[in-house]
Amino acid sequence: MSNQLHSPWRVMAHYVCLCLLAIACLMPIWVMISTSFKDDIVIFDGKPIWFFFVPTMDNYEYIVGRGKFDRYLVNSVIVAVVSTFLTLLLGGLCAYALARAEFKGRRFVANATLLVRMVPPAVLAVPAFAMVIFLNVNNDLLVLIFFYTALNLPFAIWLLFGFYKQIPVELEEAAIVDGASPLQVFFRVLLPLMKSGYAVAGIFTFRIAWNEFILALLLTGRNTRTLPVAASGFLTDTGVEWGRIMAMGTLIVIPPLLFTFFAARQIIAGMTAGAVKG
Amino acid sequence: MAATDRTEVPARDYRVVTPYLFIAPAVLVMFAGLAFPVLQSLYLSFYDWKIGTPLKSAEYVGLDNYIRLISDPDVRESLWVTIRFGLWTISIEMFLGIALALLLEKPIRGASVFRTIFILPLMVSPVVVGLIWRYLFDARVGWVNYYLGTWFGIEPQVWLGDAELAFFAIVLTDIWQWTPFIFIIVIAGLQALPSEVLEASHVDGANWWQQIFLVKLPMISSILVIALLMRLIDVFRALEVMYIMTGGGPGRATELMSLHIYNRAFDAQLLGYASAIAVLLIAIVFVISISILLIGNPMKDKSDV
Repeated sequence: MSNQLHSPWRVMAHYVCLCLLAIACLMPIWVMISTSFKDDIVIFDGKPIWFFFVPTMDNYEYIVGRGKFDRYLVNSVIVAVVSTFLTLLLGGLCAYALARAEFKGRRFVANATLLVRMVPPAVLAVPAFAMVIFLNVNNDLLVLIFFYTALNLPFAIWLLFGFYKQIPVELEEAAIVDGASPLQVFFRVLLPLMKSGYAVAGIFTFRIAWNEFILALLLTGRNTRTLPVAASGFLTDTGVEWGRIMAMGTLIVIPPLLFTFFAARQIIAGMTAGAVKG
Repeated sequence: MAATDRTEVPARDYRVVTPYLFIAPAVLVMFAGLAFPVLQSLYLSFYDWKIGTPLKSAEYVGLDNYIRLISDPDVRESLWVTIRFGLWTISIEMFLGIALALLLEKPIRGASVFRTIFILPLMVSPVVVGLIWRYLFDARVGWVNYYLGTWFGIEPQVWLGDAELAFFAIVLTDIWQWTPFIFIIVIAGLQALPSEVLEASHVDGANWWQQIFLVKLPMISSILVIALLMRLIDVFRALEVMYIMTGGGPGRATELMSLHIYNRAFDAQLLGYASAIAVLLIAIVFVISISILLIGNPMKDKSDV
């Protein structure tokens, strides 16, 4: 059997399959990136060109130079960074307590957390709309940060819970005997050991906040748009400007792609944690 | 708990409240941002509230919204579109993902490079996924029409303007984005299987097919069921890709439940009625979620150890 499986033909067939799959995954992304560097004449000619065209930066110059691209970029960064920070801070404290302490209502909180994780974002739309009117909030970004933190907390808590469970209790007990307060134990003893856990949770949280569209579309105005909302704005204009749209799409995708290249292992760990450990 | 003996009474009180202090901020945010909106949807579903009017002037209509919902052909159609979309996408994604995982599970040089590539579709923002595929399916300059025309001589189609073709387009887009998810989960499950069991079945004379259907798949069945239910919930949460590609049209051919709620609320401007549909959606999603919790609640299992 082992002979058969390790025969060069088998190995080659294996690689060919993997390569075909990789091409299927990459093809649409490459279409976007390449189109963003084409001028309208090449795009509207209708004949797909994969590699050999004269690249132009016109599309990027247009979207960065005109409109309020810098503002939308700053909005997106603020919303994603702040909500990620809040999610990790609040989620980390909560996951720690759930993983370590016995208290009344612990099981209820754990189950409720898993249940609210499934709330569809579309369900939040009307209540969020009502909340903004009722409370008369005029800082759109603050509202987005609040909802993104809420949306991300359940998954972050659940992921970090698993990481806390892997740390031996003896470490904390030793620190407590030495007179450390609970917060000191949390920040001085555990946080350094939780780096990779927080990295995984942070990547997932950032990605959701950075990519979120429907609440941002509903709750932001001319100056508070995030990048995905700004990108969708190119569609409603008369005639669809594909070059510019693809340039916008490419810029939006840069941070998630960087994460993928530098932390693929952690991302896969986070994805599989859901099904495989359960 | 060796330390408990030494702590004095006030210190112990301090430790009793501490867990609550730790969980309070997160619980408050999740309540206000997730649970409260669910309750508010329930509340609003008994009112007729139109956009642009203050909430106070909304009229209490009792069960009217629900009565209307039961006999509303548009709601029924969007529910049917969602179910049909779920059946097509999930069955194809599960089949492809599992088959590929079984074929390619053997550890191989360069596997990490391939895995990095396979998670790329999952990392691209849904809005951008919608934009890319809207371009590919574009009637005039789209690549799909071009290759179908030059390779197979098929006339250019208005993909996103025809009910059946538009539905096919969003199904294909979903398969592109989510098959890798199933693939990666199943691979992880297969590689976590104890090798002794596989060797034992091999020694007992199981062939390749028997090993797959009698040993491997049954052993990862709970993983498969959870992956399937997670995808099912995603189908009821999905809206961005369709919003960008078709806006739910033509007609309501690609208007999944989530998008239907959004369109009813902010296009038709019926906030109360949209809330009633939202309550229906929440009910469906919660039933699926509870089944996931019953199959495998990660937090419960570990705390009981």
